[in-house]
Amino acid sequence: MSDRDLVVLGVGMHPWGKWGRDFTEYGMVAARAALKDAGIEWKDVQYVAGADTIRNGYPGFIAGATFAQKMGWTGARVSSSYAACASGAMSLQTARASILAGFCDVAMVIGADTTPKGFFAPVGGGDRKNDPDWLRFHLLGATNPAYFALFARRRMDLYGATSEDFAQVKVKNSIHGLNNPYARFRKENAVEDVLNSPVVSDPLRLLDICATSDGAAAMIVTSRAFAEKHLGSLKGVPRIKAVSTSTPTYPQTLLEMPDFATDSSAVVMPPARGFKDSICWDAYEEAGVGPEDLSMAEVYDLSTALELDWYEHLGLCAPGEAEGLLRSGATTIGGRIPVNPSGGLSCFGEAIPAQAIAQVCELVWQLRGQAEGRQIDNAKLGITANQGLFGHGSSVIVGI
Amino acid sequence: MSETVTSNASQVPAIEGWFTLDQNPHLIGAQCTGCGTYVFPPREGACPSPLCDSDELKATPFSRFGTVWSYAENRYAPPLPYRAAEPFEPYALVAVQLEKEGIIVLGQAPKGILAKDLKVGMRMQLETDVLYREDGVDYMVYVWAPAVQDEAAGGAK
Repeated sequence: MSDRDLVVLGVGMHPWGKWGRDFTEYGMVAARAALKDAGIEWKDVQYVAGADTIRNGYPGFIAGATFAQKMGWTGARVSSSYAACASGAMSLQTARASILAGFCDVAMVIGADTTPKGFFAPVGGGDRKNDPDWLRFHLLGATNPAYFALFARRRMDLYGATSEDFAQVKVKNSIHGLNNPYARFRKENAVEDVLNSPVVSDPLRLLDICATSDGAAAMIVTSRAFAEKHLGSLKGVPRIKAVSTSTPTYPQTLLEMPDFATDSSAVVMPPARGFKDSICWDAYEEAGVGPEDLSMAEVYDLSTALELDWYEHLGLCAPGEAEGLLRSGATTIGGRIPVNPSGGLSCFGEAIPAQAIAQVCELVWQLRGQAEGRQIDNAKLGITANQGLFGHGSSVIVGI
Repeated sequence: MSETVTSNASQVPAIEGWFTLDQNPHLIGAQCTGCGTYVFPPREGACPSPLCDSDELKATPFSRFGTVWSYAENRYAPPLPYRAAEPFEPYALVAVQLEKEGIIVLGQAPKGILAKDLKVGMRMQLETDVLYREDGVDYMVYVWAPAVQDEAAGGAK
């Protein structure tokens, strides 16, 4: 075990759904579950790294303090991180840095959200003509699914991907998540279900696109010394081996939410690895592993087609080959490299600040052999991949 | 911009300084006076390149023609602050790659041009269309339309 590994002592989640309750209630359920799983008390937590939600008023912006107060003030240090969909990974990195620097031994990483119905719209009122997130809605009506659709359409026109291929991702994930007690959508979907669902942003249909959900996830991470003292042996205990929170390198040449345009590659050559590739490869390099070492991956399937993009960014196959990899069954549980054994966003919907933490929770359950009804045989090493609005990368590698 | 001509008093741009409203409309971007890289939407201030320490970006006309990078078609009315017409009509969004500027710019397609009319790699040209109408005024936005004009004749000056 590397000196820079962080031990995951406990994980916990509140089921995903749509209840409209206060997000801190969900967070408390996840926090208590993680503490129980870790076998420690709330008072043992020295640091609370909160992932922010910007849709729940002031308490959402100060998530670390909000959850610390909700659990009962103990004097713990706190941090609050905002990186859109990557907020969970940024919180984990904050906790990790604090532990590896020796400032603390035991940290809680936590995120929870309550989401509105329908399309995500810009937060806050009034005309904001300097805010690209406001302007993309005002001038273009460029919703999140519209951006997902741009990437889906490229796969179709460049690689010959079909709506059936995209539907097949949904079918796979719907089966993976069927027995996951934390998943919101637990219904097996057939290709026809997807193809018969209404087109939201062509070429993507309703069942190609992830919903927005309420939910919460938490984990207890500790120093090696604390975990050894607490557990005796660290054999078979999941450890964080890498956390990549990369940003793009200029020029960023993929058109990403919420931008109107890419950077220019007229003068400066694009980097050898584009942004989404670098998110994953920075994590591989930090952990000293490669895609061939993986037992599984949890990727951000905001849409079915985006899951296919991630296969390529992760190096599971070459560009243009993701549909083939999917069709071969390699990414289904039982295959060579199962992707989204949890059921993914397809079965969860997105609870923004909790989602990147939930991805790690799934890897932990898989590595411990506790993923009942969706267990991957002999799971040893897993990766998460995710990207947050405004240039936030998120990839975590967990192994035993 | 000197070439900005408002041909009709009832037409105003939905956003100032991003495009012209003349017969051969084009986007207005910014270019770094130091290294020459381009920026869209236009803005002032520092060059976005980490290799350049220039603090001056100058407004510059962008090429009027480019090729489709990708496209989508909205089948549901986007939420506010988009001012969707009622009843809502599906419309396409097109991301167009501009060769000289090395940049991809997202825009709407003109009304009536849908996903079935588009293909990655297609030649497109910049036009303008009504985004929404309020109190008798047409608020205009740039749109990407399939190229029909001769490039040499209609390109940016």
